[in-house]
Amino acid sequence: MDPLKIHFEVDGEDFSSAGEASVEMKKKLRQLGIPADVIRRCSIAMYEGEINMVIHAHGGTADVEVYPDRIVIILEDHGPGIPDIDLAMQEGYSTANDRIHNMGFGAGMGLPNMKRYTEDMTVESTVGVGTKVTMTVKL
Amino acid sequence: MKISEIKNLLDAETLCCDEELDSEVESAFCCDMMSDVLAFASSHSVLITGLLNPQVVRTAMMLDMKCIIFVCGKSPTPEIVSLARENGIVVLVTGHYMFAASGLLYNSGKLSGV
Ligand SMILES: Nc1ncnc2c1ncn2[C@@H]1O[C@H](COP(=O)(O)OP(=O)(O)O)[C@@H](O)[C@H]1O
Ligand SMILES: [Mg+2]
Repeated sequence: MDPLKIHFEVDGEDFSSAGEASVEMKKKLRQLGIPADVIRRCSIAMYEGEINMVIHAHGGTADVEVYPDRIVIILEDHGPGIPDIDLAMQEGYSTANDRIHNMGFGAGMGLPNMKRYTEDMTVESTVGVGTKVTMTVKL
Repeated sequence: MKISEIKNLLDAETLCCDEELDSEVESAFCCDMMSDVLAFASSHSVLITGLLNPQVVRTAMMLDMKCIIFVCGKSPTPEIVSLARENGIVVLVTGHYMFAASGLLYNSGKLSGV
């Protein structure tokens, strides 16, 4: 069965709008009658991922695919890439600056949170090319 | 605990969604790091924070929170308040600092910390 697909453009220039795609996704999932716990986990994972694309990668795209048994969230950007993914995945590791800290992010908990709240997460990244994060939450 | 009781306990001012003051809340979480809120706060909690930006409201939305309390008398911008209003989230501002505000609510015995 073809999944239901929802596409979002994530603006990397406007910090104050960061998180809007996640808000939209959450509304759509609620309309679809997805269970609250699944929505919560998708929302947290997508929000952290969206914020990362804004603060670290000048924006990107988010694609959400709803299958009968799972939700897949694909975040893709053409930012600087992540040189050491294992290091980036460590709790507390962050290259964030003060501007990011002032937003309440940059504590190095984003990627670990995304992993914690999803059943599966893969990070593909090439320095100078971009980053693709694929997350699956089971229904 | 009703949000109106929280408002009274903290001598707080309501900036939006007065009509929701009768709503019941069961837990609270205080933090300025939004990643920690996302990681550790339970859904429907009250969020106590000293951070002022739209991401605070969006973080609260991710967790279906009904009320945000800004401490230290910090006034959120109209953009923050209107985002909260559109989404039915009560915004309170209290002159208490975060430690005192949290202590007062904790001492009420009516809110859990998880
Ligand atoms: N989309 C991305 N593009 C480039 N670098 C990223 C991206 N996402 C994360 N990173 C890198 O990984 C680090 C850790 O990310 P994260 O755990 O979300 O913490 P934080 O965002 O708080 O710094 C970031 O500080 C950044 O260096
Ligand atoms: Mg992050």
